[in-house]
Amino acid sequence: MIKALEYFIEIIRGVLITGRHFFVNMFFHTLKVLGIKTKRKGAVTIQYPEEKKEIAARHRSLHRLVPAENGKPRCVACMLCATVCPSECIYIEAAEDPELEMQKYPAKFIIDIGRCCFCGFCVEACPEDAIRMDTAEVELAEYTRENLIYDLDRLLR
Amino acid sequence: MIEVLIVFIKIICALVWFLALTLYLADWVERKQSAVIHDRIGANRASIFGIRIIGLFQPIADAIKMIFKEDFVPPFSRKFIHSLAPFISYFFVAVTIAAVPFGDSIKIGERTITLQVLDFNVGLLFILAMLSLGIYGIILSGWASNNRYSLLGGLRGAAQLISYEVALGLSLIGLIMIYPSLQLSTIVRTQGELLFGFLPKWGIFLQPIGFLVFYFAAIAETKRVPFDLPEGESEIIGFWTEYGGLKWGLFMMTDGMEIIVVSALVTTLFFGGWQVPWLVAEGFHWPWGGEWLLPHWVVVLLQVAAFNLKVIFFCWLQVLIRWTYPRFRYDQLMDLGWKLLIPLSLVNIVGTGIVMSII
Repeated sequence: MIKALEYFIEIIRGVLITGRHFFVNMFFHTLKVLGIKTKRKGAVTIQYPEEKKEIAARHRSLHRLVPAENGKPRCVACMLCATVCPSECIYIEAAEDPELEMQKYPAKFIIDIGRCCFCGFCVEACPEDAIRMDTAEVELAEYTRENLIYDLDRLLR
Repeated sequence: MIEVLIVFIKIICALVWFLALTLYLADWVERKQSAVIHDRIGANRASIFGIRIIGLFQPIADAIKMIFKEDFVPPFSRKFIHSLAPFISYFFVAVTIAAVPFGDSIKIGERTITLQVLDFNVGLLFILAMLSLGIYGIILSGWASNNRYSLLGGLRGAAQLISYEVALGLSLIGLIMIYPSLQLSTIVRTQGELLFGFLPKWGIFLQPIGFLVFYFAAIAETKRVPFDLPEGESEIIGFWTEYGGLKWGLFMMTDGMEIIVVSALVTTLFFGGWQVPWLVAEGFHWPWGGEWLLPHWVVVLLQVAAFNLKVIFFCWLQVLIRWTYPRFRYDQLMDLGWKLLIPLSLVNIVGTGIVMSII
C-alpha cells in the first residue's frame, strides 16, 4: 500500500516536472513575443539556415591550397598528404618546375570531397604549410558526385 | 422542413468544430506542446507566401502530404476489410459528437434551438457504446493486414479494452446515481445547481474517486502513450503497420478525435459541461448576493466559450500526460485495470449509495 502511494507520488512528480518545463518555457516565449528581451530563452534551438552557430577556431572544414607570393600554390608535390590520407582522396600529378628552389609543382591537385573524412592528417603532414582546412565552409552538399571533386582552380585561394 | 434544416446545420457545425479541433490538436498542439516541454521550438516552417505564424499551417501541409501519398494495399492482406477498418474506426468516434452538449438552448425569434445535435435520453450510453465499438476497427485492421505484428497489436487492443472498459462503465454509475439521468443535457443542467449555496454541483466535487477512475480509464481508451499497447511503437509497431497514406491518417485522426471526445466527456460529466459557475439564464447570481444581468446572446456565448475552454484544457492535460510517462508494461496495465480501477469504482458505487441513503 505504501509502495503504491510512493508510486503515485512519483507519477505526480513526473507531471510536475514536464509541466514546469512547459510553463517556464511558455513564459519566456511570451516575453519574446511581447518584445521583452531576456537573458534566458524559451528554447535551446538554433534555427539553422537563418541562425548559424559560430564555428570554433580549431575547426576542420573545406581544404584550400595556400598560394605563395607569386600566386602559384606553395605546394611542392611531395606527395606526403596523398600518402598519409586514410581515405585516399587526394590525387597529385607532379611536374618539373623551372625555378630551381621549388623543383616540383603540382600540375594536378584533386581532392574528392565525397571520400574525404575530414581527419586533417594532410594538414599535419604538409611540410610547406601549403594545405589548410580553415575556409569555414561546411555546407558542401552538391547535386552530383562530379561537383564534389575539387581541382586546383577551386582549391587555390 | 425547417427542423431538418436545423439538424443538418447542427451536424455540419459540430463536424467542422470536431475536425478543426482534431486537426489542430492532434497535429499542431501535440507537436508544439511536446517541443515546449522538451525546450525545443517545434514545427514552424510550413508557410504560405512566406508567412509562417508559429507553424499554424503545419496541419494543412500534413493533410496535403497525407492525401497525395500512395494508397498502398499490401498484396497479402484481405483487401476489402483492410480498406474498411480505418473507416470503421473513424466512423464510430466521429458519431459520438452527436450527443455532446455544446451549450444550453439558444433562442432565435420564436424558436428554441438546443446546442446539441441530438438530445438523446441515453446520450451517455450512446457515447460509451460507440467508443467501445471503435475497437473493431483496430482488431479488423490487425487481422486483415495478415501480418503477425499487426495482429499482435490488434489483439493487445482487444485485451486492453476488456481490462479498462469495465472500470470506465462502473466509474460512471456513482455519477448516474447522483444525477439520475443518462441524458447528457440533463446531467449538465443538474450541475448548474449549487452545493451549500456557493459550490457548483459539479461531478468532481461529488465524485472525486469516480473522476480519477474515469480519467485513468479514459486515457486508456484513447490508446495513447501511457497505455499505447495496441500501437507499441518501439516493439511491435502496432495494428497500423500495413497502412499508409490517408488510411493511416484516418487512424491518426481517430486518435486525435478520441482525445477530444474523452475531454468533452470529462468536461460534461465532471466539470459542469457548458456551465459557468453562478451563471444562470439571466446572468450571474453571485453567492455573496447581488447579480449581474446579461443579455441572452452573451450568456450563450459565455457558455459555449466555457465548454470549449474546458475541453481544450483537458486536451492539453492529456498531451502533457502523453509526453511525460513511459508505457505501462502489459501485465502492469492488466493489474491497474483489474486490481485497482475496478475495485475502486465498486467502492465508489457502494460509498455513493451509503451517503445517498443517509442524506
